Amino acid sequence: MHNFLVLRVIAKLLLPFILLFALYVQFHGDYGPGGGFQAGVIFAAGFILYALVWGVENAELVLPRGLLRFCFAAGVMLYAGVGLYDILAGGMYLDYSVMAQDSVKGQHLGILLVELGVGITVSTVMVTIFYTFAGYRR
Amino acid sequence: MIAAHLPALQVVVPLILAPACMLVRLRDAAWGVALAASWASLAIAWLLLQQVLASGPISYHLGNWAPPIGIEYRVDELSAFVLLIVSGIGAVVMPFARESVRAEFGTRRVYMFYTCYLLCLTGLLGIAITGDAFNLFVFLEISSLSSYVLIAMGRNRRALTASYQYLVMGTIGATFYVIGIGLLYAETGTLNMADLASRIAEQPGSRSIGVAFGFIVIGLSLKLALFPLHLWLPNAYTYAPSMVSAFLAATATKVALYALLRMVYTVFESDLTLGLVPMYAMFLGLALFAMFAASTVAIFQNNLKRMLAYSSVAQIGYMILGLSYINVTGLTATIVHMFNHAMIKGGMFLALGCCMYRLGSVHIRDLAGLGRTMPLTAAALVAGGLGLIGVPLTAGFISKWYLVLGAIERGWWPVAVLIMLSSLLAVAYVWRMVEAMYFTPPPETVPEGMDTRLSMLIPTWVLIGASLYFGVQTELTVGVARDAATALLGMPR
Repeated sequence: MHNFLVLRVIAKLLLPFILLFALYVQFHGDYGPGGGFQAGVIFAAGFILYALVWGVENAELVLPRGLLRFCFAAGVMLYAGVGLYDILAGGMYLDYSVMAQDSVKGQHLGILLVELGVGITVSTVMVTIFYTFAGYRR
Repeated sequence: MIAAHLPALQVVVPLILAPACMLVRLRDAAWGVALAASWASLAIAWLLLQQVLASGPISYHLGNWAPPIGIEYRVDELSAFVLLIVSGIGAVVMPFARESVRAEFGTRRVYMFYTCYLLCLTGLLGIAITGDAFNLFVFLEISSLSSYVLIAMGRNRRALTASYQYLVMGTIGATFYVIGIGLLYAETGTLNMADLASRIAEQPGSRSIGVAFGFIVIGLSLKLALFPLHLWLPNAYTYAPSMVSAFLAATATKVALYALLRMVYTVFESDLTLGLVPMYAMFLGLALFAMFAASTVAIFQNNLKRMLAYSSVAQIGYMILGLSYINVTGLTATIVHMFNHAMIKGGMFLALGCCMYRLGSVHIRDLAGLGRTMPLTAAALVAGGLGLIGVPLTAGFISKWYLVLGAIERGWWPVAVLIMLSSLLAVAYVWRMVEAMYFTPPPETVPEGMDTRLSMLIPTWVLIGASLYFGVQTELTVGVARDAATALLGMPR
């Protein structure tokens, strides 16, 4: 697809906004509609667009498979780790209230970290699935 | 402090160590992580059982949200017993896995194998511990998805189609279950099992609750391979790697059966006692069919893993039979047989794993003269086979004893006779195995050395030994099972 000038220019123009919108959905998720899953999918969609226009080889230079594998394991560990931290801090598993002096602040921090874990795992798994199918015949 | 959080840790320890396996990447390190997780799970399950026996059911509120709003983990005798079975099998199978997986799976990306195994363990433990009907579905999916992957990792290429078949059937089962839960939620507005039970009791004769019950029972019957919904099972167990066959045969169907017991006796108890659904008649009929049809098919199998797989379908029939009595003795038999069968079948599949490792085949032709070439493995297969038949002094006898007692208690003499008759079919397929192993000369080209590696023989004999030990010493198994059965039927102790 290297010859489609319109496609390349538009994709280049859109890419930063897609990623920015993903981050907005991610971090605004505690107040409005959104959250880790949706944000992860949007974020991954940005990279999939990149891979469609510039080829999987180039996408793999930006996001190598090893890094993806590290990230989707780390996302799950972040989620479960927040829960374990809550136990160590004296609460129940995933009881965010104990994460800060003020229980509302604690809830806020907890859900932020947990959703971040979800977002990291979902986006990297989506890209990995795309790589797997795209690289099937190679 | 930790003691109060054991219910959460039971699920979280394997869950958090699964991605850790992924991160360490080295083959032996990943195996070490998986081994540590399995043993830690067993320790937690044991402590939980002691806590429950000492001070009654435990309720753990995740995120400190009280049920029925929040998700509750609820450990009573039955769930603690199932947790012990699952984590116990996991802990024994893991030392076996190292050599077996290396031989059958190659060296590439072995850490992925252990990651999937730990996720599967997480899912199975989660099903047994949760007190929330939807949370149960989530864990069911975690364990199913990872077991599809584990089965597909088999060396034979047919493992892929076997896994795909299981995926289709398993997904239908899970979908049926979630449709049932959806209907229940629409009707009652709650997902907590205890809360569901009390709200269902308030609306006797509701048609949508009846439909929900049907969906849930059929969905779970698919997962537990109740005859005639067992078609996915023989291929899946035959072509999966040996360690996976042993682990899944001993745990996956038992856990699905646990979910069925929970649903039938805890959630829909009132419908059952009011006799709105003639459930027991259906279970009785299907169980008897399973016992005879599956055992008969097992006799004609030449691949021993497939023979054991059909035998598993028959043994699930025995468990469902106990459930259909709706009395304490029958239910005790069901719960005890979950444990006993896990030991026997797990041990036998491990023994076949030893054959696979040494001979590269589990075809009955290639096992000729196994009694001379691999005496300890052959003896394990025979001891396990005696358990399947139900010979006295084996664990299988205890289960059948209570099944027969329960049938007589209900006045169902023909059923008691049929149980004995179906054992004769087990004699037939076990005898075929014995004949090949002891009365056929070994082939000329036998690999050098005695038997197989100790790291594989010891786990095999731990399970087979347990099946013999619990055939004599029944205090733990029958004691806990009877308590669990009484609690399920809601009778005073």
